[in-house]
Amino acid sequence: MTSRQPLVMMKGRKDGLVLVMNETCSYDALLQELKEKLSVNHQLYKEGPAIPVKIQTGNRYVSRLQRTELMDIIRSYDHLEVDGIESNVMTREEFEAEKSRERLVSFTRIVRSGQVLSVEGDLFLIGDVNPGGVVSATGSIYILGALRGIAAAGEPGNEQNRVIAASIMKPTQLKIGRLMSRTEEEPLDEMKNDHVMECAYADLVLGKIVIDRLNAVMKKNLPTGRSRTQPEA
Amino acid sequence: MGEAIVVTSGKGGVGKTTTSANVGTVLALQGKKVCLVDTDIGLRNLDVVMGLENRIIYDLVDVASGRCRLNQALVKDKRFDSLSMLPAAQTTDKNAVAPDEMKEIIDELKSDYDYVIIDCPAGIERGFQNAVAGADHAIVVTTPEISSVRDADRVIGLLEQQEHITPPRLVINRIRHNMVREGGMLEVDEIMNILAIDLLGIIVDDDVVISSSNKGEPAALNPSSKAAQAYRNIGRRILGETVPLMAVNEKVTFLQRVKSLLGMR
Repeated sequence: MTSRQPLVMMKGRKDGLVLVMNETCSYDALLQELKEKLSVNHQLYKEGPAIPVKIQTGNRYVSRLQRTELMDIIRSYDHLEVDGIESNVMTREEFEAEKSRERLVSFTRIVRSGQVLSVEGDLFLIGDVNPGGVVSATGSIYILGALRGIAAAGEPGNEQNRVIAASIMKPTQLKIGRLMSRTEEEPLDEMKNDHVMECAYADLVLGKIVIDRLNAVMKKNLPTGRSRTQPEA
Repeated sequence: MGEAIVVTSGKGGVGKTTTSANVGTVLALQGKKVCLVDTDIGLRNLDVVMGLENRIIYDLVDVASGRCRLNQALVKDKRFDSLSMLPAAQTTDKNAVAPDEMKEIIDELKSDYDYVIIDCPAGIERGFQNAVAGADHAIVVTTPEISSVRDADRVIGLLEQQEHITPPRLVINRIRHNMVREGGMLEVDEIMNILAIDLLGIIVDDDVVISSSNKGEPAALNPSSKAAQAYRNIGRRILGETVPLMAVNEKVTFLQRVKSLLGMR
């Protein structure tokens, strides 16, 4: 067992260190070898800026607890920082949670004052959101009707690619991720039916929520859907 | 077996009691057997509006707690034999009656009467729960004010969750056309846009309504007033007739049309 393959392979890349881990050995053996390797080589990365470390566990499942354990080991060296832990394996639970964030949920109803409609994923609502009503989604919100209440899209940190679109855009408040905006209009005006087919998105350069007509949004080539996650060539 | 209709609004002072009294009266005028039920325990008004305050012996709480029979508590109207009223108690509060007790009382009344009109208290707490417990249909009263429309919207949302109640219908009370024209009041269309339920009737703001309720006589009995006609139309619509909405002031609508043509709205 002496001339075996190393359980942890260290690869130096331009953007930092990559630790490729054996996927079949025991976790304890892995930890031990990781600690050994890091302490043996720690002279190498004593100077210069902090080096980002990426861990690849391949087909090994690492639990949340093990993840923090791995991170703690790496963080114990001053010049190393954790860039991420990649694994090909996830639990069914994690997968379901991930999947529910990707789906489009549709409703046909009026969200009236005092009612709250919140979904995981994107929300597609056929109907109005009345003043005092709240709709929220972890993704984007599309309303085929009048938005007169509060709409909250996205989660803090994922403002990009999140939009709130409504046939009639008369919200009392809009939230996209951690950004928030409100209208300064008189309550009397909220019942008029102007502001047709408008779309709100987070302008991260301005750090504000911007509402614009659809054609203007498209001209700016701003996020108009999931498809834009692939940058155009 | 009759039908029970709850008259509710969420907000106070929009005309639930007046509407209940008048709808009850017009249905009795049409020859139906009607019972009005006041569920506003502690703040009863319906008896005053109907001019029957001095005839009350027992009340709703007495019936619910078994101190008297239902028939003993019913007060006969002085104008119509076919109209009765079950008054609320004035000395206790809303918690004196539970929703299922209320439902029992309403069910018993339904077997004797064609229509049971339930006057709901303001708010969405116990009093509201009591009032809607036995109802089959609901009338939501609102005025052309933002706050009143908001509360109506909230109440409609709550009524829609009650599976035993058919979709609520709307009465817009106290429309003042000069104010609507000047933009200080909501228009009927705007209210309908928000609330999106069937419209049962529109009642113009009429001095007769206040003066007659002070006299203890429902306004609907005075056929010359615009409000009385509106109430009568509501009664006919409840009975299933198709009655067009009254054009309240033709001159105004024409002017509005010209104004909107010129983009002056």
